[in-house]
Amino acid sequence: MRARFDEFRRWKHSNLVLAIVLLGLAVLLPYFFDPRASFMNNAVLALAYIVMALGLNIVVGFAGLLDLGYVAFYAFGAYSMGWFASDFFNRVNGEEGIHLGAGQFASTLPGIHLNFLMILVIAVIICAIAGVLIGLPTLRLRGDYIAIVTLAFGEIIRVFAFFGDDITFASGYTLTNGRDSISPVDQIDLPLFKEFDSAFSLRPYYWFALAMVAFVLFVNFRLRDSRLGRAWIAIREDEIAAASMGVPLVKTKLLAYATGGALGGMSGAFLGSYYNAVNANQFQFGFSIFILAMIILGGLGSIWGVVLGAILISYINTYFIPDVFNSLPSTFGLDFDLTQLSFGIFGFLIVLVMVLRPEGLLPERRRRLELVEHIGTGDEQLYEVRA
Amino acid sequence: MALLEVDDIHTYYGNIEALKGVSLTVEEGEIVTLIGSNGAGKSTTLRSISGLTPPREGSIRFDGDDIAGVAPQDIVRKGISQAPEGRHVFPRLTVRENLDMGAYLRRDDHSEDMERVYDLFPRLKERERQKAGTMSGGEQQMLAIGRALMAQPKLLLLDEPSMGIAPILVDRIYETIKQINQQGTTILLVEQSAHHALDASQRGYVLATGQVALADDSDALRQNEDVRKAYLGA
Repeated sequence: MRARFDEFRRWKHSNLVLAIVLLGLAVLLPYFFDPRASFMNNAVLALAYIVMALGLNIVVGFAGLLDLGYVAFYAFGAYSMGWFASDFFNRVNGEEGIHLGAGQFASTLPGIHLNFLMILVIAVIICAIAGVLIGLPTLRLRGDYIAIVTLAFGEIIRVFAFFGDDITFASGYTLTNGRDSISPVDQIDLPLFKEFDSAFSLRPYYWFALAMVAFVLFVNFRLRDSRLGRAWIAIREDEIAAASMGVPLVKTKLLAYATGGALGGMSGAFLGSYYNAVNANQFQFGFSIFILAMIILGGLGSIWGVVLGAILISYINTYFIPDVFNSLPSTFGLDFDLTQLSFGIFGFLIVLVMVLRPEGLLPERRRRLELVEHIGTGDEQLYEVRA
Repeated sequence: MALLEVDDIHTYYGNIEALKGVSLTVEEGEIVTLIGSNGAGKSTTLRSISGLTPPREGSIRFDGDDIAGVAPQDIVRKGISQAPEGRHVFPRLTVRENLDMGAYLRRDDHSEDMERVYDLFPRLKERERQKAGTMSGGEQQMLAIGRALMAQPKLLLLDEPSMGIAPILVDRIYETIKQINQQGTTILLVEQSAHHALDASQRGYVLATGQVALADDSDALRQNEDVRKAYLGA
């Protein structure tokens, strides 16, 4: 008992040390690059994707609910930014605009302009609610069926975004701008800091994204080791047994969707500001697969694995494919860019991982057991459990 | 008043009526057995009581409260816990983690109960840090029973504790079931191998096609000609 506890503490301790060292190094990283370097751009995106991947990891990795519609939370987060930090609602308050803690420049513009931190909170709330709403119809479903329902949910949200410019309400406002961007979107402004200006330096965005990653890492580790985390794992391992032990299935599953969604929304709001534009084309189904590929590559359920997977896939997407290998086809006399094959490459990578290392690069302990040592009950589902 | 009173419950899987009016009682301190062939509704009766598949009609009173239709976690909280059919241990959790999950709803220290389970099943203590999925069927059954005990139930539901287990272990498990009962836990037991179950219990019910066909003392059931033919292979 004692020895086990010490072991547990040592393990927790080493995680903390690792987190501090990695984050410390990451803080210093921008000083080695030009503030506007494309490396910085790639790094900011990688960090934002880590946040998303860690969010999806709660749903898919911890609770075992295969969610293929995660892009919906990106959309909700980004539109929170588009709605509440741009001139989208340009006629509110007699074209004067509504400003709450917005930056100096934004405070002179029409439309609603809230402080970025408020928008983060709004995005988190909207996405948590959306998470519960998508969770409800999947409660009685399992495995592949959950995947199909969540996939449909993601598509519904995209279609609403796509045709949102035809959906009018109140005094002629539309829901979205459809394929046209809501732009410009406010830069991030924080109390006590100078306003961010991505035209001048990407460093503040980088550090802000890094802070989000640190926060989300903390949340992930705490949740994993909590009662709720144990309930998620129990449901993933055996739903019938979990219910028999008194794990409330409804509440536990909905909390997974809500938490995962909320983190996706955070990252979505951040990306909305970072891209300085929100439009429906950003929310394709492929994005859900993009994030899912990160957690599969890294190792489902493994927090550090997911971080690694997110960095790798992100850099493959933003650096290796377009910058390093893009002209590769032409050296073979082929007339296309490698970027056109991006999703083919991700698909190929997933297949490769599934064949060579199905448990992911840095697997979670339990998953390694299932996939390498073949411990598990298999797929037998004796009964349909009351949801 | 009996600890558990099941009164005329009808339980469905979709449109299929699996229980067509089952009534039974369990007195405090008893071991009661449900026997019956495949599909008679034995497991469904247990699942109705534990709330996993709540009955559509009828009432279930436990300790004075109506628990029909109450959520499973609230039923566990009231003092009914279950070792489900097919054991359903968490395969990739260790024995100890499985036992911890059994105490999921408790917020107090449960180390004493864990010691009690280890006393009842010394084999589990030996395998404390082994993954449950790597153990034999008998050991998994011990774990499933031990895990259910971690919730400190007043009423323990056991679903086919002898299924798929080496005969020598079945004897051992039934010894332990009697021991658990002597320590003060009431037990409702479902079993296809009626021999052991009727030996261990005071009373029994015979289920057939979703209804109670017979109810009597276990001794009387063992003497009953029909029961002997159908379930005891005599």
